[in-house]
Amino acid sequence: MVSKTPPTSKARRLRQRAPMPPTAIVDQGFVAARAMLLDVAAFLDRVERYGAKSDFRCEAMRSAAKFLSDGKPERARRILERLSDPTRAPLAVAPRGAACGAWKKGRK
Amino acid sequence: MRYIEPHGHMVSRTTDDYRAMVTAGCAAVCEPAFWAGYDRSSVDGFRDYFRQLTRFEPARAAKYGLPHYSWICLNPKEAEDLVLARDVVAIIPEFLSEPNVLGIGEIGLNRNTRNEVTAFEWHVELAIRHSQLILVHTPHLEDKLKGTRLILDLLCAHREIDPARVIIDHVEEHTIRQVLDRGFWAGITLYPESKSSPPRAVDMLELCGRDRIWLNSACDWGVSDPLAVPKTALEMRRRGYTDDFVDAVLFRNPRQFLSQCPKFQLPGHDAT
Ligand SMILES: [Zn+2]
Repeated sequence: MVSKTPPTSKARRLRQRAPMPPTAIVDQGFVAARAMLLDVAAFLDRVERYGAKSDFRCEAMRSAAKFLSDGKPERARRILERLSDPTRAPLAVAPRGAACGAWKKGRK
Repeated sequence: MRYIEPHGHMVSRTTDDYRAMVTAGCAAVCEPAFWAGYDRSSVDGFRDYFRQLTRFEPARAAKYGLPHYSWICLNPKEAEDLVLARDVVAIIPEFLSEPNVLGIGEIGLNRNTRNEVTAFEWHVELAIRHSQLILVHTPHLEDKLKGTRLILDLLCAHREIDPARVIIDHVEEHTIRQVLDRGFWAGITLYPESKSSPPRAVDMLELCGRDRIWLNSACDWGVSDPLAVPKTALEMRRRGYTDDFVDAVLFRNPRQFLSQCPKFQLPGHDAT
């Protein structure tokens, strides 16, 4: 996707933010992100143990998780897009229940 | 620190939450009409709710010195019944002249159905007729991308709509750029489990700039945190952002958008 939004200029960003070493952003977030990654891994193990490996939501999660280590930027955006309904036309009737977080073709 | 909570469903919150918000620096709270957790069965049910938003809730907030504003509409979750929806849309003008009403909202889509689109269009036409600001809810989870595209196309089809007077709320990484690129304001909602976290919200500000964006907690009867906005200031400070940056995002940005309605006033806060 090509964005037309002009990025905030580097000069303006520097005025808005005190400089900090790159490791500081890792220090701030690493342990919390590590815990969330382990939760995802344990969740995928758990659904397998319970026989729900082929649930479309679990398949979508495993597929989206591949973006984590492909070395490309904007992983969050790409994971959200992977989990989204890609169709364009409004639905004639509302699907049963609430949105579940992953999309499957033809699911009612 | 000062901040505005531009999207909070205070009818679902306790008075303790009002006290905590004011203590954290909240200068005003704005409450869009939303779904009660069950479908209302009659127009009178909506009329009572709109009275609560325009009379009772401002009085409750005033006990804590907090200005309370509201937005009126039939929310998209109750738009499937078009007969009821049409009758509810017909009573909305009764409330638009109330002193705390800022506009039409939160309208939008829920499951992206044709009936929801119809009710959305009725609200947009009402907003155009009455020169109202618009606050738009975008759908949850897997429906958000499609719903945001539909909403943007519907709004852009109306020549009379000025995107600078419309905020598209609950954006995430896959929808924020298309909203900003088409000239609309974008709202980032801070939820503990869905929508955005404080670190992701600050990431989006770094990627898209801080103009035409507000942050909100959308606190309601579900899993939510009425102090999510001031807690995001902490995330900004941990990354070294200045007090001016925090004030711009948490206070001056929402004030800029909301002040397009002359009823929005913040006594005690100067124009800087
Ligand atoms: Zn809401």
